[in-house]
Amino acid sequence: MATVLGIGRGSRGSGSAASLPVPPALRRKRRKELSTAVGFLSPWLIGFAVFFAYPLISTVYFSFTHYDGFNAPTFVGFKNYTYILTKNADFWQAARNTAWLVVVMVALRTVFGLGIGQLIVKVRSGSGFFRTAFYLPYLAPPVAATIGFAFLFNPGTGPVNHFLGDLGLPQPGWFTSPTWSKPSLVLLTLWGIGDLMVIFMASLLDVPTEQYEAASLDGANAFQRWRYVTLPNITPIIMFAVVTGVIQTMQFYTQAIVAGQVASGVVGNSGQQFQPGYPSGSTWTLPQLVYNIGFQNFDYGSACVISIILFVVAMAFTALLMRRRAGLVGED
Amino acid sequence: MSDTAVQTPGETPGSAPVTVRSRSGVPSSSDAAWRKAKRQRRLEWIAVHSIAITVALVFILPFVFLFLTSVMTDSQALTTNFWPQHWVWSNYRTVFNVPGFGTWWKNTIEYAVLGTALTVLSSVPVAYALAKFRFPGRRLAMLLVISMMMLPPQVIIIPMYLFWAKQMHLDGTLWPLIIPMAFGDAYSIFLLRQFLLTIPKEYLDAAKVDGCGEVRTLLKVVLPMARPAISAVALFQFFSCWNDYFGPQIYASDNPAAWTLSYGLQSFHGAHQTNWNMTMAATLLVMAPVIVVFFFAQKAFIEGVTLTGVKG
Repeated sequence: MATVLGIGRGSRGSGSAASLPVPPALRRKRRKELSTAVGFLSPWLIGFAVFFAYPLISTVYFSFTHYDGFNAPTFVGFKNYTYILTKNADFWQAARNTAWLVVVMVALRTVFGLGIGQLIVKVRSGSGFFRTAFYLPYLAPPVAATIGFAFLFNPGTGPVNHFLGDLGLPQPGWFTSPTWSKPSLVLLTLWGIGDLMVIFMASLLDVPTEQYEAASLDGANAFQRWRYVTLPNITPIIMFAVVTGVIQTMQFYTQAIVAGQVASGVVGNSGQQFQPGYPSGSTWTLPQLVYNIGFQNFDYGSACVISIILFVVAMAFTALLMRRRAGLVGED
Repeated sequence: MSDTAVQTPGETPGSAPVTVRSRSGVPSSSDAAWRKAKRQRRLEWIAVHSIAITVALVFILPFVFLFLTSVMTDSQALTTNFWPQHWVWSNYRTVFNVPGFGTWWKNTIEYAVLGTALTVLSSVPVAYALAKFRFPGRRLAMLLVISMMMLPPQVIIIPMYLFWAKQMHLDGTLWPLIIPMAFGDAYSIFLLRQFLLTIPKEYLDAAKVDGCGEVRTLLKVVLPMARPAISAVALFQFFSCWNDYFGPQIYASDNPAAWTLSYGLQSFHGAHQTNWNMTMAATLLVMAPVIVVFFFAQKAFIEGVTLTGVKG
């Protein structure tokens, strides 16, 4: 079943057709099948060409031009690349922030998601209640959640610092402190862990019970059972969580921009000048830089350079995901 | 859980428990062991539940605080008291009367409903073809769908914006976000295909033997069976439109009449900087539909999430 027409690696399924002539009836049938398939796929084929292939090629093209959206684009070679990589300090700050977020957020999200998933699986009473409690924050619209957190973690009036004060603990500036702004964003993200929790929960429930029984009979203790039975069974899911986490974090945008605006008390579209990355550039991310350079400085060419950097990294991780989990594409 | 069954700790709910029969007719030495195991189980039960309750409280508390603040007076919302002195329910009515808020609701609903309908209509046949047809390039097509799914939207936003603004003259509206959904959405196609793969081929063959063409097979056989997956896709798409901030910011930021709730909300905060109570009331109003719909469609949601991650 796996090596039907172009699915097999290397040698194509139709390779044998060279030696064996295909009967006309079969050829007609295949052609009819292909045209039916194209018919069903046609909306997506158009969408792929117009909303994926064309803009992707254009992004590459614009990255080599100077273009402000008003005057016609002029070819400038690698000038945008050298500008972004060597002269634009915001780029390196955004790249460092994005890398920091990718490492910390992905690690904590994976560990925490797995932990909560494991907790839910262990809970015997009221698991429905717990599942809902852990899942609900995931549904909160990012803008609403961020504004909510900016209020909760408000250094002056927020309940979080109120409690920390009552307990005699230090009260950080959270979203208003350059040291704490990124950790605050991580907390916000961990609050919305619901989707990952469900995925881990489902994969933990899928681990065959017989393997636990066999391990118990062999005298494995709880830790050994987790290490040698649970972990190998859920490794593909951990891999999935890490790779999709990296790609999601590279897109980190809404929460960072809204947190900066709410915490600084200035809003971009209210006519006041908002300093992106507030405080002190600590929440700049690469996607924000694309928006800022492209749509606020009208330097589309340089913005496209950052787009291409995002693209290369995202596709590298996607390739990793597809290699490690061929199942994602599926050979049924 | 039953008192007469000792469960192996790695055992999971929903699967057959491993039981070690006890008490009646068993020598007393194992009786002591059984009691020890039971005590251990009870301790584990208490530990697991106290951790779960603590973590669950931390997850729910933000909602509680947002709600309590939303019914405070302006001045109390600026203090650190968290219990409202007077319950000002009229804050919610006031928020609705803020200019723009009603329009944002209308725009958001239009965007979400139209977007969802178009996505489902266009993605189902594509997913069906990818799951059940055999044609050259099938594997490549699937790789492209996954690449599209993983592509950060910022990668292609500049040519996309220029296309919609300079060639189509649709900037200042939400159409640049809605129209592409008529051409299939990668994430929805992927999710639907994962589900359709699980439908046994025999059903489709039976339909063919009965003389159904592909279109009729899809409509009469596949669609009814795929209802859970389709509702999951519809819900995800609805919420992704509802929550979208980047899209409306790119295309509609210059025209407040085209703003959505997600985009309008942060400017609302800007205009009502000191009024945390109003801001929290607005925030909760934006969250409310999502949470209400979730309670009605929990099952479809959870199934959809699992389908993307697990059933590879």
